[in-house]
Amino acid sequence: MNLVEHAAKTHVLGPAGIAVPVSRLCRTPEQAALACAAIGPCVVKAQVPTGKRGKAGGIRAADTPQQAAEAATAILAMTIDGHAVSELLVEQRCEILRELYAAVVTDFAERRPLLLFSTEGGVDIEEISSGTPGKIRRHPLDVDHGISRPDAQRLVAGLGLGDAEGEVIDILVKLVDAYAATDAELVEINPLALLGDGRVVALDCKFTLDDAAAFRQPSLAALRAPEIMTALERRGADAGLKFIQFEGNVGVLANGAGLTMTTMDVIRHFGGRPANFLEIGGEAYTKAEAALDLVLSNPGVRSLVVNFCGAFARTEVMAGGVVKALQRLRPSVPVFFSIHGTGEDEAVKLVREELGLEPFDLMEDAVKAAIEAAA
Amino acid sequence: MIILRREHRVLVQGITGKQGSFWTEKMLSCGTRIVAGVNPKRAGELHAGVPVFASAEQAMAEAPFDIAVMFIPPPMAKDAALDAIRAGAKLLVVLTEHIPARDVMAIHAAAGRAGTRILGPNTAGLVTPGEGFVGIMPGHNSNIFRPGSVGVISRSGSLGTLVSLILTRAGLGQSAFLGIGGDPMIGTTTLDALRALDRDPRTSAVVLVGEIGGNMEEQAADYAAGMTKPVVAFIAGRASPPGRKMGHAGAIVTGAGGGYLSKRQALEAAGVAVVDTPSQLPDALRIRLAAQPGRAFAETFARTLAKS
Repeated sequence: MNLVEHAAKTHVLGPAGIAVPVSRLCRTPEQAALACAAIGPCVVKAQVPTGKRGKAGGIRAADTPQQAAEAATAILAMTIDGHAVSELLVEQRCEILRELYAAVVTDFAERRPLLLFSTEGGVDIEEISSGTPGKIRRHPLDVDHGISRPDAQRLVAGLGLGDAEGEVIDILVKLVDAYAATDAELVEINPLALLGDGRVVALDCKFTLDDAAAFRQPSLAALRAPEIMTALERRGADAGLKFIQFEGNVGVLANGAGLTMTTMDVIRHFGGRPANFLEIGGEAYTKAEAALDLVLSNPGVRSLVVNFCGAFARTEVMAGGVVKALQRLRPSVPVFFSIHGTGEDEAVKLVREELGLEPFDLMEDAVKAAIEAAA
Repeated sequence: MIILRREHRVLVQGITGKQGSFWTEKMLSCGTRIVAGVNPKRAGELHAGVPVFASAEQAMAEAPFDIAVMFIPPPMAKDAALDAIRAGAKLLVVLTEHIPARDVMAIHAAAGRAGTRILGPNTAGLVTPGEGFVGIMPGHNSNIFRPGSVGVISRSGSLGTLVSLILTRAGLGQSAFLGIGGDPMIGTTTLDALRALDRDPRTSAVVLVGEIGGNMEEQAADYAAGMTKPVVAFIAGRASPPGRKMGHAGAIVTGAGGGYLSKRQALEAAGVAVVDTPSQLPDALRIRLAAQPGRAFAETFARTLAKS
């Protein structure tokens, strides 16, 4: 889950002791004008959890309250990368001498955190990364320890940071500690700016919380930016189900992400169009009833494939939920089952006796029948 | 040690819980040699006929084990894993899904120092048909798993079950099923599993079941190119839309790769047959096996075993 800039600066960088410019969070052009009157020359920034806001015009400079109000009016009318703008950060404009880049990110391939630093900060860091990767320095971290000052010093050595070097080293040490303290998956400062008055401040911050750690970071989790989802997807998320809605007409209910993706692949392979992704693997296998309700609420669905291959997920428990839901909802769309694995005898019996349906032996046959019925 | 053998001694952490109890019974009925369980509050008791200890360390002292398997919820998973690692488990099977990434990294770091191999997190475990299983697979179901000579590697438990079922239906039994886990940071990678099956004398061909995301399949491709045993693969996720990530650091770290085409191209360039649907796996395997002089017997061998 992602935080917007303002939340990340206030709740991640602030507690870590990393300096940010003076700012105010605003929701109206009037508030933006008042903020500018108090702060002076400023930038008005859309608070949306996407990196594309600068290029989309979601960040504008203003010298006067009048200009700040105009910028606010324009930005509040925008939708950037799917996110409607409802909040603005009015932030003091700084005299920037140099733009640096600093981030701590979970390096999944190496199974450890990684500190990244570059003197080529700013919007084009991705191009730097692919074009001249040598300009980004990397320091793998030990998860149980932070980074020592000498190690941080080595990372920035020879980069010509001058008088600011000590301050930058401080910030890197604090950033690594902040990553650890907040269960971050990513905490990124871009740019980290060297200012004319000698200060080093974070002008922007991106923060992603490790979803699995939300239970022990409740205050950060509560601040998460709303994800873009359809009303049905929202219903799924509220029920603890990972549901993604597509334009297709063949509904999918399967257990486990691997089997669910495969069911979608097979539907596509035989010329059909899957209507959703819905993962009821892991502990969610007991939620089959709620899951089916969701799949059938998708208005595009013309037929349904129920594909269970039970390992951990017990097929008789899932089938029980599906049978209950079908008896309650009495859908007009035809349902095609394929059931194997843990609990399959009992599950097949349930479907036969309660629904009068015969599960297909092969998943592909169930898929083909569902595609035909949806056409 | 990645391939489960009959003689391996197994510890079940969380043996008295609902899932721990259910799967302990299934593993025992399949021949798995479970020598001890852990529950700090039930030490000294017998559960399902297995002695229960307060910790993995105590269990190791009184009932030595080779493999530890965890039925432990995410908030307690790190402590349980560190206990098993301190005890000296050779292999730790982490079934738990949704362990905080920070804890996962700490588990991997500690395991690396102690020389414990980690399987998972979020793995469905290991099956060696005819010998036993460890984890949450239907290893006891002979419609799905039969002894044979095909090694199966899968990130997903449910898809791995489907693939094993398809192979068994086609008369192709399995030498080993290696569930490596669906998490982004797993201890035993596709490459590790492929190496183990390449070295295993009972394995004559490998089915690799991958998924979009990460670059494990790409890494394994280089190794597969040098193997004499045939490898066929199915990669799930061709019809799935790519996910969205925030910030630039992810792209800086992993670069390109991870998508369906990247994986398929890397594997095909390495001579691996990549099929479009799981049911095409048996035919692809047969073609590869038949093309191997001196190895065609393996298929017949597998069939004979499967029927016996």
